[in-house]
Amino acid sequence: MASLKELKGRINSVKSTQKITKAKQMVAAAKLRRAQAAAEAARPYAERLSGVMASLAAKVSGDSAPRLLKGTGSDKRHLLVVVNTDKGLCGGLNANIVKAAKAKARELIADGKDVSFYLVGKKGRAPIKRDYANRIEKHFDTSEVRTPGFEEAEAIADDLIERFEKGEFDVAHLVYPIFKSALAQDPTVDQLIPVPSPEGDAGTAGDAVVEYEPGEEEILEELLPRYVKTQLFGSLLEREASEQGASMTAMDNATRNAGDLIQKLTIQYNRSRQAAITTELIEIIAGAEAL
Amino acid sequence: MALHFELVTPAKLVRSEDVHMVVVPGAEGEFGVLEGHAPFLSTIRDGAVQVYKTEGGAPETIEVRGGFAEVGDKGLTVLAEHVEG
Repeated sequence: MASLKELKGRINSVKSTQKITKAKQMVAAAKLRRAQAAAEAARPYAERLSGVMASLAAKVSGDSAPRLLKGTGSDKRHLLVVVNTDKGLCGGLNANIVKAAKAKARELIADGKDVSFYLVGKKGRAPIKRDYANRIEKHFDTSEVRTPGFEEAEAIADDLIERFEKGEFDVAHLVYPIFKSALAQDPTVDQLIPVPSPEGDAGTAGDAVVEYEPGEEEILEELLPRYVKTQLFGSLLEREASEQGASMTAMDNATRNAGDLIQKLTIQYNRSRQAAITTELIEIIAGAEAL
Repeated sequence: MALHFELVTPAKLVRSEDVHMVVVPGAEGEFGVLEGHAPFLSTIRDGAVQVYKTEGGAPETIEVRGGFAEVGDKGLTVLAEHVEG
């Protein structure tokens, strides 16, 4: 049995761990609110953009469509853009994202396609490197900025589009978590390039004839990179909210577990203290009787 | 007689209000939008959007970078990537 001093030490150490997890939980809760507000604020832009996209994409089709919309004509080389978090302490979130990415990669490889990875965020690197070390194209570091904003999304999108123009890949998929609630974040795989024709109300401007300046194709050509940027920006925001949500839940569990452990250890501590007192008393009584 | 004007960036909805007229720096030249403008879609170049709250009043200028403007039944929507200030 552990000595009293050892028990006391353990109780104290668990108590300080609990303090840390509790603090992290509260920080995550506060950050979650902000992340959710940011995600909410980004929605109008994305909605308008896909509305305009839908009405334009319906008009411009066939051979005149830009490459970003119709693709390169083959679908041999796939690029998986995996959006992970930069920090840990958020439960199984990153493991789930990586699992979804690997499942997609396996599926594509089984179909005889070439797969490469483009990683955003720190936490996806190690687990993907273990299985697909030579397929990783690039790490995009977002750990230096406190909250990734539109600039980061822009940089990623520009890089991706440049690679696409150079013909480094044919199809790009985006793997990112969708924030449902603090308890559930679903990893999702979406096609990013070529841009899938957005569904939606194609007649945003009603039946009236819309005038375009410069021309429909020129506008669409400008619009598509913007659309990719917006998609990436949205995924970064979702990631932020998911990270904080998952972190909050994980830390809540950790705090509760620490509480249980402290209770158990305290009972054990009190029992052994009582036992020690009883032994001492017996010794004294036995000594007195012997006289 | 008012034009519904919205200015949206990826980060947030910057403006949503009823104004008299807005002058937008289109890719092929500036154009003013009043109420009842025909449906119109244009890319914009970097420059200032001038918002006239009232007829004849002094315009409020907002610097925008990259994006496009859409005029529809619901009014004018400017989608800009960056808004200064």
